[in-house]
Amino acid sequence: MEHAVKPHKRVRRWDKWTPYLFISPWIIGILLFTVGPLIFSLIMSFFDWPVTSSPKFIGLGNYTKMFTEDPQFYKSLLITLKFALFYVPLSLVTSLILAMLISQSVRGVKFFRTIFYLPAVVSGVAVSIIWGWIFNTKYGILNYALFLLGIEGPKWLIDPNSAIITIVIASAWGVGTMMLIFYTNIKSIPPDLYESASIDGAGPIRQFTHVTLPLITPTIFFNLITSTISALQQLTLVLLLTNGGPLKSTYFYGLFVYNNAFKHHKLGYASANAWFMFIIILLLTALIFKSSNAWVFYENEVKKERKKGGKKK
Amino acid sequence: MKLSSWHKIVVYILLIGFSIYFLFPFIWIVLTALKSEAEVHQYPITFFPSEFRFENFVNAWKAQPFGLYFMNSVTITVLTTLGQIISCSLIAYGFARYDFKFKNGLFILLLATMMIPWDVTMIPLYMQFNLFGWINTLKPLIVPAFFGSAYYVFLLRQFLMNVPKDLEHAAKIDGANDFQIYSRIFVPIMKAPLTLIAVLNMLSVWNDYLGPLIFLQDRMKYTLALGLASFKGVHELQILPIMAITIIMIIPPVIAFLYAQKYIVEGISGAIK
Repeated sequence: MEHAVKPHKRVRRWDKWTPYLFISPWIIGILLFTVGPLIFSLIMSFFDWPVTSSPKFIGLGNYTKMFTEDPQFYKSLLITLKFALFYVPLSLVTSLILAMLISQSVRGVKFFRTIFYLPAVVSGVAVSIIWGWIFNTKYGILNYALFLLGIEGPKWLIDPNSAIITIVIASAWGVGTMMLIFYTNIKSIPPDLYESASIDGAGPIRQFTHVTLPLITPTIFFNLITSTISALQQLTLVLLLTNGGPLKSTYFYGLFVYNNAFKHHKLGYASANAWFMFIIILLLTALIFKSSNAWVFYENEVKKERKKGGKKK
Repeated sequence: MKLSSWHKIVVYILLIGFSIYFLFPFIWIVLTALKSEAEVHQYPITFFPSEFRFENFVNAWKAQPFGLYFMNSVTITVLTTLGQIISCSLIAYGFARYDFKFKNGLFILLLATMMIPWDVTMIPLYMQFNLFGWINTLKPLIVPAFFGSAYYVFLLRQFLMNVPKDLEHAAKIDGANDFQIYSRIFVPIMKAPLTLIAVLNMLSVWNDYLGPLIFLQDRMKYTLALGLASFKGVHELQILPIMAITIIMIIPPVIAFLYAQKYIVEGISGAIK
C-alpha cells in the first residue's frame, strides 16, 4: 500500500471495508443460521434436553447410551448403509450410462435429455405418491404388468425384504442432476482424442474405457461424494413412503434422528445422533478424497501420459 | 464423427428403454387422475380411462384449502428467490472481485458449510425460530434466503471470476462507486447465472417438504407440498384427488425447468469446474 500519491485518507479507510460490506449478508447468515446452531447442537449433545423440563448436563451420556444401550441406533445405521451401498453405485452407473447416451450425436437426443432430467425437478412428496401408486400391491400397474408376464411381483413396500430396494428404485428416478454433470464433462472432451483412438483401431467400448473414463474421473469423484452424502441423509422419501415400516425395515438413520427430536422430544440425544452422522460423513468424505490420488486423473496428468505414450511409438 | 447404423440402433433402444422408467410414471398418474373412482379400483387394471374426467381436478381442488396452500407456496417461492438473487449476487461479487484479508479462509468456510448435514442444525434452528416467535409463520422458510446460500454463491462467483478486470477500472475512472459498479455493470452481466440460481431456488423451495413440516403447524399456513402430504396421510384411499393435486403441484417446476433448461444444462457443471 506504499503508493506515492495518497488520496483522501477517509475514502481509503472506507475502501478497505467495501468487500466485507458486500459479503456481510453471508457473514451474518452463517453466524445466525449455520455456525451458531452447529455449535449449539454440539453443546446440546452433552445434555439431557427434554422439551418440558430444564436441561441437565450428562457429559458423554448421550453418546454412551447410543453406542451401548440403543439397539435401534445400530439397526438404523445398518439400514442406511445398506441403502447407500445399493443407491450410490446404481445411481452413479445409471447416470453415467444416461450421460453417454445423451452425448451421442443422434437425432432427437435433446428430447431424451429433457425426459431423463424431468423427474429431478419433482418434489419428494410427488415422487413418493407417484411411485407409491406404481408399487401398490393391489392396484399397482407394475405388479399387474408382471402378472401379465406370468411373474408374481414382490410386495414391494409392504414386504420388509423388498422395501429398501423399492426406495432405491424410487430415489434413482432423480439422477438427472448427476447425469447432467457427467454430460457437460463428456461433451467437453476434445473430439480429436476419439479420432486418434479410432485410427488406432479402438471400437466404441475401448474408446469409452481408454478415453472417456480416465478423463471424467474427477467428475465421478465429485458425484461419488455428493451421492454418498445425500444417501446417508435420505429422509423425505422414507418419511412419506414407509415412515420406517414395515417392521422398522426402513427405519433409516435420518428418520431415527428426526423421530428422536420431534416425536420423542429427546433433543440432546437427537443432537448426539446427528453429530455422529456428521462425523461419519466427514470421515467418509476424507476417505474418498484420500483414495482419489489413486484413481482420479486430472487433465494435465493425462496429457503427460499421452505424451509418454506418443514417445513409445 | 459418423456413427455406424448398428451403433445408432443400440443407442435408440437404450434411450427408449430408459424413457419408460423416467416418463411412464408421469403418464400413469395423469391417466389415473382422469379415471372414475370405480375404475381406479378395478381389476384387471384398465390402461386408458373409459372417459376423461377433467372434473376430478376441480373436485380435488375443493377437497381441501389447496388454493390457500398454493398461495403460501407461491409467497415463499417468490420471496426466497428475490432474497437469494439479491444476497448471493452481492456476496459472490465481494468474493470474486476484491482482495481482502481472510478471503480464502472465508471462502473455504463457505464451501465447507455445504457439507453440514441438515439434521445437525435443525434442532437448534427450531429452538431459535421458536425464540423469535417465528414457528407457525412463513418466516423461517423465507428470511434465511436473504442471507445467501453457499451453493448459489459458489456458482455465481465461478462465473464472475471469468469476467475481465478492466471493467471495474473503466467504470472507476468514470467516477462510479463500488455499489454502482456492482448494480449497473455486473448485475446485467450476471443475467444467465442469476436465472440459473433463481430456477434452482424455485425448484428446491417449491418442492421442500421437511422445512414446512417442522416449522408449520397451522393448516392455514401449509404449503402445497405439505398440504398434499398431510391430505394423503389422512385420506390414503382417495386416489383421485391425491393424483390430481400431485399433477397440479408438478406443473410449475416443470414449466420453470423447460423455460430455463438451457441455463441449467450449461450452468450446473459450474459446480466442478
